[in-house]
Order: sequence, then structure tokens, then C-alpha cells
Amino acid sequence: MLTVRVIPCLDVDAGRVVKGVRFAGLEDRGDPTELATAYDAQGADELVFLDVSATPEGRETAAPTVERLRANVSIPITVGGGVRAAADARRLLESGADKVALNTAAVERPELLGDLASRFGTQCTVIAIDAAACDRPACPSGYEVVTRSGACRTGLDAARWATRAEGEGAGEVLLTGFDRDGTRAGYDLGLIAAIRRAVDLPIVASGGASTPEHMAEAVAAGADAVLAASIFHEREWTVGDVKQRLAALGVEVRR
Amino acid sequence: MIGSRKEVNIIATGTANLAAVAASFRRVGADASVSRDADEIERCERAVIPGVGTFAAARAALDDRIAAALVRRIEAGRPTLCICLGLHLLCESSAESPGVEGLSIIPRTIERFNHGARVPQMGWNRVCPEDGVRYVPESGFAYFANSYRLADVPSGWNVVWAEHGARFVAAAERGSVLACQFHPELSGAFGRRIIQRWLEDESC
Repeated sequence: MLTVRVIPCLDVDAGRVVKGVRFAGLEDRGDPTELATAYDAQGADELVFLDVSATPEGRETAAPTVERLRANVSIPITVGGGVRAAADARRLLESGADKVALNTAAVERPELLGDLASRFGTQCTVIAIDAAACDRPACPSGYEVVTRSGACRTGLDAARWATRAEGEGAGEVLLTGFDRDGTRAGYDLGLIAAIRRAVDLPIVASGGASTPEHMAEAVAAGADAVLAASIFHEREWTVGDVKQRLAALGVEVRR
Repeated sequence: MIGSRKEVNIIATGTANLAAVAASFRRVGADASVSRDADEIERCERAVIPGVGTFAAARAALDDRIAAALVRRIEAGRPTLCICLGLHLLCESSAESPGVEGLSIIPRTIERFNHGARVPQMGWNRVCPEDGVRYVPESGFAYFANSYRLADVPSGWNVVWAEHGARFVAAAERGSVLACQFHPELSGAFGRRIIQRWLEDESC
């Protein structure tokens, strides 16, 4: 039986880890390799590296940063942010990524998911969905997909999009509740449940965690893995302590 | 070989996570190089078939000479580590790519997970060795990322089992050949110990 994965997330801008609220107001949180190495040692099950670089120059640093992480950590690394084409994915995989996450580019060109899955495999192809609450009739799940780091409200129903992405070849959903990102208010459980009903794929819950209790709630709502950033970067919790608490809450984790 | 530094040749299957595999060997002090040369793959002390991609794409990347070299070394039990898709390639065929012929060293077909299990299997699962397994002698958690799996192996192979919906082959060993469904290069300290054992085995 698979254990629930605990995944620290590194939002990286021009080679530095940053963190903001709802993708804005970014502040420096340290060196990606140092943080990644510490999280691996603490028992992290996987790492997510999101390139949030604001400039093309910053973006150029993503592949070399992934290379440094790869040399140092012995757990899987998912890389996302700015992946527009199969060539971008190949470059990141060659740098040491194990999975590549597509977000805005897949919304604009869903066939890109199939392109990646046929070249690199479904298990390598992650669909990152950022979703916000929406009460318009076009979004029966109650959630719409947002792209371009939240700047674009697409009107696309999040559950319908997840189903489409699964059909195109995605092997995992990295699901961020935009309304909760960086708020510490807990994951958007309604969103997790809506996507769980829509797809059979593994779901990584993201956005809003500040306690292991939040993580256990996400698992109960249908998540297979739980992602967090601030609580680890600010040393409120080590990954090991989170796992110990999750185990006490009855969640199966690797220890 | 100079001193006791081990050398490993990783076969370029075009689509694989070569960087992760090479890094895992470098972390344990081995020299890892990537090879597409059939003679080198035939002669080298330790060969690795890495494991990301699709069955058809990885098989297409092995030309006839490389395939023949791999079959000879694996039949002879020479040190060869096959990871994830590398294990699938040892079989006759895979439901992932119907009509594509594998190396047919193991007379089996790779099938998709069923029994209601989440597909892909993505994450850490407990693996349990049968008696006699040398490179994975202890139970522990290993990292998997696969939609297709091998249900059993013929006698002559020692097996490590795991469960995802139903029992499947997590790893199989014969001689100095270790074929893992999981990714030892991504399995933290547990994977590192497996890589070290395989690397430091001087019995062949």
C-alpha cells in the first residue's frame, strides 16, 4: 500500500527560494540546494521545484539549479513553471527532474500533455492546476482554473479540466487552491473533493497548509500527497515532525 | 580500473532520467558514464538500463547490437541493473506498447495494474524480499512511478514483492542481475544501500 507523501515545495526565482501570498509579494527564503538537502535528510518523500522567475534571465537559472539539487538529493523532483514545450521538458529532465509539471501552456494547448506523455511517459507528466472558487454556471464543480500565476481567470471548470488532462495523458495532478495559497488557513477541501470525484489520478494537495491536521484533512478529502512550503522554510515544522504527527492522526507515512 | 573506484555504464535509452541515475552512483563514489556503444556495453563491468519513458520508445532506442549485448550479459548473470522500464524490457512484451518485442529474457508479459488500484502507482510502497535475495535483503519503502507491472517471474529468479491492488514483482535477481520495478536512485537511504550492495558485490 502506498504511503501518503509529504512534499516540501521550493518556489524559486532567479536561483533563490521565495514565498508569497496568492503568488504575490515574494520574499527570500534561502538557497534551494541547502533547503532541499535538509528536507531530504528530514524524510521528505519528494520535492516540488516551481520556477516562479519574473524575468527571462531568472528563468535561465532553473536548469542549473535543478542540476545542483539532483546532485544532492536522493528523492524524486518535480519541476514546473515556464514549461511551454516538449523541448523545455526535455531540458529539465536532462538536468535531473523526474517529473515535469505543465500549467498555463497545457490550458492553452492540451495536446502538449499527450506529447510529453508519449515521449517521456505518463508518470513523468504532471498537470498543475491552480483553481479558485467560482459561482458561475460555467463551473459546475464550483471551481475555475486560473493561469498566469492567478492573473487570468479562465472560466474553465477545474473538474472538467482535470478529466480532460487525464485523458490527454497526465499522470498526476498538482492541485493548488489559489484562494488559500500562503494563507495558512488549510487546504481548499472542497476543491480536493471535486477533483477526486473527477479523476483517478494521484492528487498532490497544495495551498494553505500550516499544520499536520490540515494535511490529514486533505488526505481524508482525497489527496494522495500533501505539499507545503512556508511551514518548512520558516522552520515551524520539520518534515520528520510532520510525519510523526500524521502517523499519530492515523495517516500512513514512510518513516 | 584505478584503485577501488567502481565504474558504471548507463545505457542511453533516449528518454530516461539519466541525470538522477548518474547522480545516485556518484553519491556513493562510483564513476558513472553514459553509453550507446554496443561493444562497451558488452565489455563493461557494470551496466545500467535506466527507467523512464515508454516501453516502445525505450525499446526503439536499443539497436540490434546493443540488445544482443544486453541479452548476453544478462543471460550470463553479469552485473546489470535494470530500473523500472529496464525490468519491463527484459520481458517479451508490454500492454503499454502492444506489438513491440522486448528482450525476451523473462518469458512474461507486462500488464497494467488492475484490482482498483490508483494508476499510476506514484509514491513509496513497502517492498518485502523472499529468502535468498542479496541486493534487497531487508524490507523497506521504495519509490515507484509506474502504470504497468510484472505479476510473477519464472523459477531461477529471486523475488522482492510489493502490493498495489494485488501482489506484483518489486524486484527480481539472478546472478549479478538486479531488475527493480522501483527506482533505487530515488529511494533515499534505502535505495542508496541497494545501489551500494550491487556496486560492491565482487562475487561475479
